[in-house]
Amino acid sequence: MAPVLELRNITKRFPGVVANDGVHLTLEEGEIHALLGENGAGKTTLMNILYGLYHADEGEILVRGQQVDIRSPSDAIALGIGMVHQHFMLVPVMTVTENIILGAEPTRIGPFLDRRNAAKRIRELSRTYGLDVDPDAYVKDLPVGIQQRVEILKLLYRQANILILDEPTAVLTPQEVDEFFEVIRTLVARGNSVIFISHKLKEVMTIADRITVLRRGKVVGTTTPAETTEAELAAMMVGRTVSLTVEKKPAEPGDVVLTVENLHVLDERGEPAVRGVSFDVRAGEILGIAGVQGNGQTELVEAITGLRAPVGGRIRIKEVDVTWSSPRHIFELGTAHIPEDRQRDGLVLSYPVRDNLVLNTYYHPPFAVGFRVQGEVIDRHAVRLVQEFDIRTPSIYTPVSHLSGGNQQKVIVAREFSRPIDLLVASQPTRGLDVGSIEYIHHRLIEKRDQGCAVLLVSSELDEILALSDRIAVMYEGQIMAILPAEEATREQLGLLMAGVRPETVQEEGGRT
Amino acid sequence: MKAGTLDWSTFRHQYLTRDRVLGVVYLTFAVLIWWLFFPNIEPGASAKFGLNIVTAVKPPPLPDLVVPARPAVLFLGFIAAFLGGWQLARGFREPQAVLGVILIIFLVAFLLWATAGKSFNLVGMLASTLLRAAPITFGALSGVWCERTAVINIGIEGMMLSAAFTGVVVASATQNLYWGLVAAVLTGGLLGLVLAVLAVTFRVDQIIAGTAINIFAVGLTSFLSQSWLAVRQDLNAAGNFKPIPIPVLAQIPILGPIFFNVNIIIYIMMLLVVLSHIVLFHTRWGLRMRAVGEHPRAADTLGINVYLTRYISVTIGGMIAGLGGAYFTLGSVGRFDEVMTAGKGFIGLAAMIFGKWTPIGGFIASVIFGFADALQVKMAILRIPIPSEFLLMAPYIVTIVVLSGVVGRALPPAADGQPYVKE
Repeated sequence: MAPVLELRNITKRFPGVVANDGVHLTLEEGEIHALLGENGAGKTTLMNILYGLYHADEGEILVRGQQVDIRSPSDAIALGIGMVHQHFMLVPVMTVTENIILGAEPTRIGPFLDRRNAAKRIRELSRTYGLDVDPDAYVKDLPVGIQQRVEILKLLYRQANILILDEPTAVLTPQEVDEFFEVIRTLVARGNSVIFISHKLKEVMTIADRITVLRRGKVVGTTTPAETTEAELAAMMVGRTVSLTVEKKPAEPGDVVLTVENLHVLDERGEPAVRGVSFDVRAGEILGIAGVQGNGQTELVEAITGLRAPVGGRIRIKEVDVTWSSPRHIFELGTAHIPEDRQRDGLVLSYPVRDNLVLNTYYHPPFAVGFRVQGEVIDRHAVRLVQEFDIRTPSIYTPVSHLSGGNQQKVIVAREFSRPIDLLVASQPTRGLDVGSIEYIHHRLIEKRDQGCAVLLVSSELDEILALSDRIAVMYEGQIMAILPAEEATREQLGLLMAGVRPETVQEEGGRT
Repeated sequence: MKAGTLDWSTFRHQYLTRDRVLGVVYLTFAVLIWWLFFPNIEPGASAKFGLNIVTAVKPPPLPDLVVPARPAVLFLGFIAAFLGGWQLARGFREPQAVLGVILIIFLVAFLLWATAGKSFNLVGMLASTLLRAAPITFGALSGVWCERTAVINIGIEGMMLSAAFTGVVVASATQNLYWGLVAAVLTGGLLGLVLAVLAVTFRVDQIIAGTAINIFAVGLTSFLSQSWLAVRQDLNAAGNFKPIPIPVLAQIPILGPIFFNVNIIIYIMMLLVVLSHIVLFHTRWGLRMRAVGEHPRAADTLGINVYLTRYISVTIGGMIAGLGGAYFTLGSVGRFDEVMTAGKGFIGLAAMIFGKWTPIGGFIASVIFGFADALQVKMAILRIPIPSEFLLMAPYIVTIVVLSGVVGRALPPAADGQPYVKE
């Protein structure tokens, strides 16, 4: 029997890069086929070609043995191909039903929406696949885990049977990931075939029937979990052997640098996002804040760095009350910030590298004397940092928008680390970076800690938290569930905390196992 | 981690800014009512409100509403004071809505003061309110149609002005008001299409594209009106649509003369409000429109043509603006004057925002603006001791107050104003 899906020799070029270079991929019926690769390896491009969002420059696509031409998502949908995008394609202000039927709306008497019938079908589908969701709820009110179910229901509603899941676990807690895997297995048991895109080795080893590894747009190889190991996959992915752990000495905590007391912060919509958080960070230690994204970490970091005014509580840096201080006052006190969204909050994208390197020091000597900016000094400073931090850029005059994500992050790290600091607030510092850059950033964070800097690390990657932190705080719905010494914390325990299960219960469970 | 241990700065940040301040504002209104109006009304004077208007179709006449002005104003002040006290002591769950009530109370007190010892035709003013709300409503609906698919239409004013011009010229030339109406709609639609080409296909900044349409419309219509209509007066004499009374309904007291004895453009307006609401919230097309305005990429991944949707909506929005333009000439004075739209298109956009991007909300907001406008005219007639310049400002002051967000802020469609780039 012909495979459900076959990609032959797919090539896609973007200006300056070959995103996919002669890629072959086959998907058998009822198979979970993992597509593994680093960010930028071309996984998403390949799937966007399959889904009709891009058009391949070369190569052919066969669905159930028939050669097809997919020019738009509607073509893909008609062929039974469905995709859950890495960033959910849901309209927050609409209901679950509206989101699911969008583009394939059932109507009665002409153009009028038949919401009741749609909701009924959605309930049936939810039951069949164990994807519990309220059809009348608004998407904006649903946690991400449920939103993901809505995305999957969207595909099933369209009777898709080739399901592409692009990094579906990025937003889930470890326990949710397990539940999600159950859902995938149910889907496959009912005759669907799944392409599972990921860069997480553990997950791929758990769920996949077969694994295809992409590197720089090319297929490096196809294997099965039985035939390979995590280390081997990592090597295939990166092209050299990588150490999956970070080496560090035990911490030597000093004085308290940052104190947060009973902090309350509201989010954009005026809803409480941080609800009574207290902790402190000492010099020479890394406090990791774990948690599924969207549990108040963003607002917490914004409050500490002065970007958002808290509505209650106290923040002190080196005994100075900075609760209502301006960002400038806070970083003048020796605080460095690696923001979550580096392109929005960390850089001025259209500015050259050299200017971005002095964004928060340009008005101080030696960069400015009186009103005059010292161009030459800034140039020399930039040249030195580019070398020291290994920023790969054609020149210091290149706009940072032209740099890769990893190098953009290095520009921020270089800027923040090149002035004397006592507190480092790093939010999702390695999100979207390649393994090489991740290693580099991790190394630098540990180095700062060893120099006696207090480090607050916020990350939704549990592995990162476990690898770097000396103490781990878990945030859930705006509160800190517990703060644990890193050596005592286990993945399972943190996972439960991230899901909002209280510490007492965790300890009980820990006692039983 | 107790929520109860909030200190002073927290208290200041969280509470003082809204609830308390609003309570004080309510009380201020109470004081204003007593201080401004009460002492300035002759003791024993009564305000007479007329409830009939003179039209061809006469509903059974109602007796005038006669209110003793002083006691009524005193009483209204008490209500405002009570609401203020309650807000400070207990707090309302919807303090913004109570603010609306307070404003209405203040307005009624104002009317009692202005009318004391005189007589004032209330229904006449309400009928005039609907007419004055008409161009604003068309503007608001045009805005809703465009912005729901995330195209900002700041060119409504220019579309109206151009349509007002072509409407009157075509109607005069053909001696047929309906051809004029068609021409106005097509003019608006054409300019809508131009906006769509600029904003959707060429991704021109939408504010600039709309402003260009406005400047173009003002320049061209003024030029043509001076150089051409001034000479060919016969092309600027279309006459206007006459009110069409609807049998039975027009006989209802108060409501009949206001809603059911108006000209065809006003009927179209009321129909469009309802129709736009149904299309937007109860049809397949509306669901897709809203999705395109909120999250165009999501719509795209579901096989919805984002560009086509925007083209169609913006063109329809232009046609609705064209109807609004026709109101100025064919629906009211029957001739074109330079820059006769006088900012109504912009006020329409304000009404759209105030109405939270919904057709019905936009209509209600337009009626509020229309009311301010109608009130201003009637007050000038009553010769109250307020300079007429200040009265003329009333609709615009209302616009500013509304846009400054006092009456609660709404969120525009998430992708509003952003061109969509297919990858």
